[in-house]
Amino acid sequence: MTKKQLKVLYRIVISLVLLIVLAFLPLEGWLKLVLYLVPYLIIGYDILRKAVLGIVHGEIFDENFLMAVATVGAMFLGEYQEGAAVMLFYQIGELFQGVAVGKSRRNISALMDIRPDYANLEKEDGSLEQVDPDQVEIGTVIVVQPGEKVPIDGVVCEGSSVLNTSALTGESLPREVSVGDEIISGCVNESGLLKIRTTKEFGESTVSKILDLVENSSMKKAKTENFITKFAHYYTPAVCLSALALALVPPLFLLIRNGSVNWADWVTRALTFLVISCPCALVISIPLSFFGGIGGASSCGILVKGSNYLEMLSQTRYVVFDKTGTLTKGVFEVTKVCPQEGWSNLNQEEASAKLLEAAAYAESYSNHPISRSLRNAYGQELDHGRVRDVEEISGHGVTALVDGRKVAAGNMKLMKKLNLSAPEAEGAGTVVYVAVDGVYAGYVLIADVLKEQAVPAMRELKKAGIKRIIMLTGDNRATAEAVAAQLAVDEVYSELLPADKVEQVERLLEAKGKGEVLAFVGDGINDAPVLSRADIGIAMGALGSDAAIEAADVVLMDDNPMKIAQAMRISRKCLRIVHENIVFALGIKAVCLILGAWNIAGMWMAIFADVGVMVIAVLNATRCLKVDG
Amino acid sequence: MKKTYKIEVDCANCARKMEEVAGKVEGVAAATVSFMTQKMNVEFAEGADAKSVMQNVIKACKKVESDCEIYL
Repeated sequence: MTKKQLKVLYRIVISLVLLIVLAFLPLEGWLKLVLYLVPYLIIGYDILRKAVLGIVHGEIFDENFLMAVATVGAMFLGEYQEGAAVMLFYQIGELFQGVAVGKSRRNISALMDIRPDYANLEKEDGSLEQVDPDQVEIGTVIVVQPGEKVPIDGVVCEGSSVLNTSALTGESLPREVSVGDEIISGCVNESGLLKIRTTKEFGESTVSKILDLVENSSMKKAKTENFITKFAHYYTPAVCLSALALALVPPLFLLIRNGSVNWADWVTRALTFLVISCPCALVISIPLSFFGGIGGASSCGILVKGSNYLEMLSQTRYVVFDKTGTLTKGVFEVTKVCPQEGWSNLNQEEASAKLLEAAAYAESYSNHPISRSLRNAYGQELDHGRVRDVEEISGHGVTALVDGRKVAAGNMKLMKKLNLSAPEAEGAGTVVYVAVDGVYAGYVLIADVLKEQAVPAMRELKKAGIKRIIMLTGDNRATAEAVAAQLAVDEVYSELLPADKVEQVERLLEAKGKGEVLAFVGDGINDAPVLSRADIGIAMGALGSDAAIEAADVVLMDDNPMKIAQAMRISRKCLRIVHENIVFALGIKAVCLILGAWNIAGMWMAIFADVGVMVIAVLNATRCLKVDG
Repeated sequence: MKKTYKIEVDCANCARKMEEVAGKVEGVAAATVSFMTQKMNVEFAEGADAKSVMQNVIKACKKVESDCEIYL
């Protein structure tokens, strides 16, 4: 509870005690009024003050005005006890609501609190000094002890440790770092002492950028939010006019017909009506729900840059994937080694190893990704002394002497050039044909491999209501179609240049139905134009990539495609809660308004309809925070 | 030019009202108030002096919600 709230609590207790005492005293006339005014003013002075200020500023018909009129009215009618009690009850309600809202706000903020409070500088005598990370200049060496957060991006210059990235990615995959490794702020140092030379200022570090992004997300308001704002804009005057009509029209009618009327009764009804009508429950619970949803998502490593995007995620029907780096790992790996039958008299396994060894050695001087993947697959340290006379034949491959034997490794053109016939390789990817001593030996297939989660991720997306999944790639057709078949995507477009991708997305945007949203998923590397062109741009594997964080609307901190479906589920849940709150709050209000007009609901019920509904709506909204799976 | 200010306001409807009046102050191109983060984003019109505009924003906000605070 804040100081302000505590003060209100004291006032509530004091006036409550006074009211109880007064109820037992036999009081009459002026003395009664004066005595009841004491608790009334203790509990209500600020409301009365605000009401007067409101009138002075021309802002009538706010809550304070309503409460002031209602209670002053009661005092005039001689209902002293009622007048003071209504004010007391109103304040209790306001306090309760303030505490509930404040608490959920803090809960959400705590969830997103990855802000490091300090950085350690080492002093000359070896002791550590804690300073504000804002004051650390680029190039300073800071010390991160086990259990502490890394405050600023940098490079490890001493020590090695294991980092926990769960605050950023939502998954606690430990990451090992040692001297020379880049290190991202927001990770928690788990084991060893690290000294880091900072490469960025605090304000430019990953953790600051993420915090900034999430904190500003509630500024980009969702359509539903704007609707409520507009609604409140018309609703309040409409209700005020109805209340005025209720206070004047029926009693005038009765006056003309019967010759007399109980004015006080109708004024009370109109006031009750006004108190019920406060739109606060709606106005607060909707942004709170979105805020909660964004908070919940960010705890899973899904950063949503605005309530509007969270809303749109639930309406997503088309997902366009860039293949490399999102569905595939974006690194080449040897997927198949196929020695030619009869090439050697070794068994299949040994022949494969030999073939791979020959290819790896022949390509050992190249730094091409293909060569690297061959070396990785071979897995052993290469002895460069075994290779001689390496000759690169541009557009074909290489020839070299390995252990004195002439090895040729390259594409089909190379084999043709050597007058060798080789069978067409089976499978998608890049093929390296190998010949040894002028005899065709077999081929090695190298391909960009699918992420383990890619296939289940497609299934999850379909389950989440995606109509079509489309894959775009710059790769050749055969590779693209093989991957597409494996993933069971609906459409695939291959051999695209970056500009073609924008064109494809634009075409798809035109073809989609109204109210349907198209999301583009990329890895943030040279697909920024597409990311911004799509309705929602989702960048994945963004940890440490500033460009991706800038360009996308939704940022997945790790590179797991399953997170897309999860983000959609979070969005759905959040919107369901938003709609629940709208229907619930408006429903209860409508019922109470009718009851109030017919004088069935009194002031007590009115305050429940105002404050009670709001508290329930707020509690419902906090459910958005809880994220499952 | 865009600036973010820390604010203090107790009720969501009041925050909405502040947003409404702040947006109408001369020199303000657009204003958004987030009740959740207790922040106000103000985009100033070209050539507007942020300091004097903000004084008017404060005045306008105080009119609709006397209890609000905007920290410059």
